[in-house]
Amino acid sequence: MMKADRTELSLIGVAIAVAIAAQFSPNWLVFTLTLAISTGLVVMGVVMLMRAGLVSFGQGLFYCLGGYAVGLGGRFLGITDALVLIGLGVVATVAIAMILGLLVTRYREIFFAMLSLAFSMILYGILVKSHGLGSTDGFGVVDWTLLWFDSKTGDSANMALMLAIALALLIALFLNRYFKSSIGLACEAIRENEVRVEYMGISRQQTLYINYVIAAAIGSVGGSMTALAAGHVDPTMAYWTISGEFVFIAILGGTGHVAAPFIAALIFTLVRTYAIELAPNAWQMILGIVLLLIILFLPKGIWSLFTRKKGAAS
Amino acid sequence: MTEILKTEGLSRYFGAVTAAENINVTITEGEIVGVIGSNGAGKTTFINMVTGYLPPSKGSISFDGKPIKGLGPRKLMRKGLTRSFQIPQLFLELPVIDNLSIALAAAEHKQFQMLRPVHTPERLKAAEEILEQMHITEYRDEMVTAMPQGARKLLDIAIAMLGKPRMLLLDEPTSGVSMEEKYTLMDTVMEAVRARGLTVLFVEHDMEIVQRYVTRVLAFASGVVIKDGPVDEVLADEKVQELVTGKQHKPTASGGDA
Repeated sequence: MMKADRTELSLIGVAIAVAIAAQFSPNWLVFTLTLAISTGLVVMGVVMLMRAGLVSFGQGLFYCLGGYAVGLGGRFLGITDALVLIGLGVVATVAIAMILGLLVTRYREIFFAMLSLAFSMILYGILVKSHGLGSTDGFGVVDWTLLWFDSKTGDSANMALMLAIALALLIALFLNRYFKSSIGLACEAIRENEVRVEYMGISRQQTLYINYVIAAAIGSVGGSMTALAAGHVDPTMAYWTISGEFVFIAILGGTGHVAAPFIAALIFTLVRTYAIELAPNAWQMILGIVLLLIILFLPKGIWSLFTRKKGAAS
Repeated sequence: MTEILKTEGLSRYFGAVTAAENINVTITEGEIVGVIGSNGAGKTTFINMVTGYLPPSKGSISFDGKPIKGLGPRKLMRKGLTRSFQIPQLFLELPVIDNLSIALAAAEHKQFQMLRPVHTPERLKAAEEILEQMHITEYRDEMVTAMPQGARKLLDIAIAMLGKPRMLLLDEPTSGVSMEEKYTLMDTVMEAVRARGLTVLFVEHDMEIVQRYVTRVLAFASGVVIKDGPVDEVLADEKVQELVTGKQHKPTASGGDA
């Protein structure tokens, strides 16, 4: 059994602090935090791919699959347990990612980006044409339960946040170890030099494939959490601009730490919320300027602020 | 002595260009063989074919008595045949210790166990040992980008050795290294090679290095092996002098096994 390292203890501490603070926070903040954490989970998948040198403009596919699994599981299978619904999303997503991964992990750079985008847009197209699933409007998620809790009678916003925090913590703890594992480092090695990786006896294909499937599964959890929190799913979850947002947030946070996607997702959600409030017709411009400033002054993302400080201190 | 590598009729064509033609070579275990030839003579094409980087157009290759033609670098590495590169192939944006740790993890040949932490005490110890053996311990925690060319060459060779090969192909180990560093680098490499009892085939342009470190030489010209034999005999050959080393080069008395 490995001992918890400083990062893991910090993650546990922050998760507990957020969960306690949420009990005294207004509903709008609780909802915003839930969405930010859910988005952070999907971005985590994007970061996993970026660490292997791949940029996906199609992570919305898995986000949407997770969301629709929750919606469909409740509506057509009568499942109400949130964990079962999330598990359903993960199983469906992993099955699809295992098929798509065989093809997409053979490609690199723009070809990987465009291929992942294409698959995401295929799902978008299918959902838009599916009148039984509400077409472009999507449909509402049925009331859900979690152990003793029932969203019909309880504070569903708060419970959704608690569930999001718990899942995000578990996934962040897993990824912290994954990034330090041989396969995690092999992904970085593939980004750096594929020729050497092959001569070391590592299968590039197998390593990228495993990484891709895990990233998809995590994206699905983010989608499921969004569906549970928002109570609604629609095809835009698979639209390419949503996938673009995930890439935007990944760049905003950087790939240096498991906490970076969550911090970046929270900043993104807050900036977007306030930008829409301040300039309803020009909020995208504000987001664009923020990204421009990040690329110019923090090319390794917001997390590099912490590592710089640490470097200066040492 | 046991035969370890054998090529028969090995050829490679790029359209109308013949990069290698009918190469028949047998290397026995423990030999240190030099490969010489002017630029474009087919030396690297030969190395690339043997190590699975380039598929041959014709001919056969066997390693340890078994055919290996068509196998990729990964499978060949697992059979005990690997290489270093003229331009070191490293993970530039990762620390030196990570470069070595991933090589050590990969050498364990267990894909599933790749999920275990990369830095285990055993791997760190093994990495530190090879850093010391290659005299590059000072770069342990540096990014590869901070290393000079000679140190990068040594790291590249160290990574190849961590795969526990039986045969190592070195592609111009001293290219890009200063005159003063060449012999130190080669002494370090050869010491590590001997400690592991490896068979080595290495491409080299510097005839003094060849004379000092190899026992046998393959001389390439226009994709063909024009002479194969003991170092002094090959370097004294008129055709080799005309096509490879130049007329002015004469084998020195100090030549031969170092």
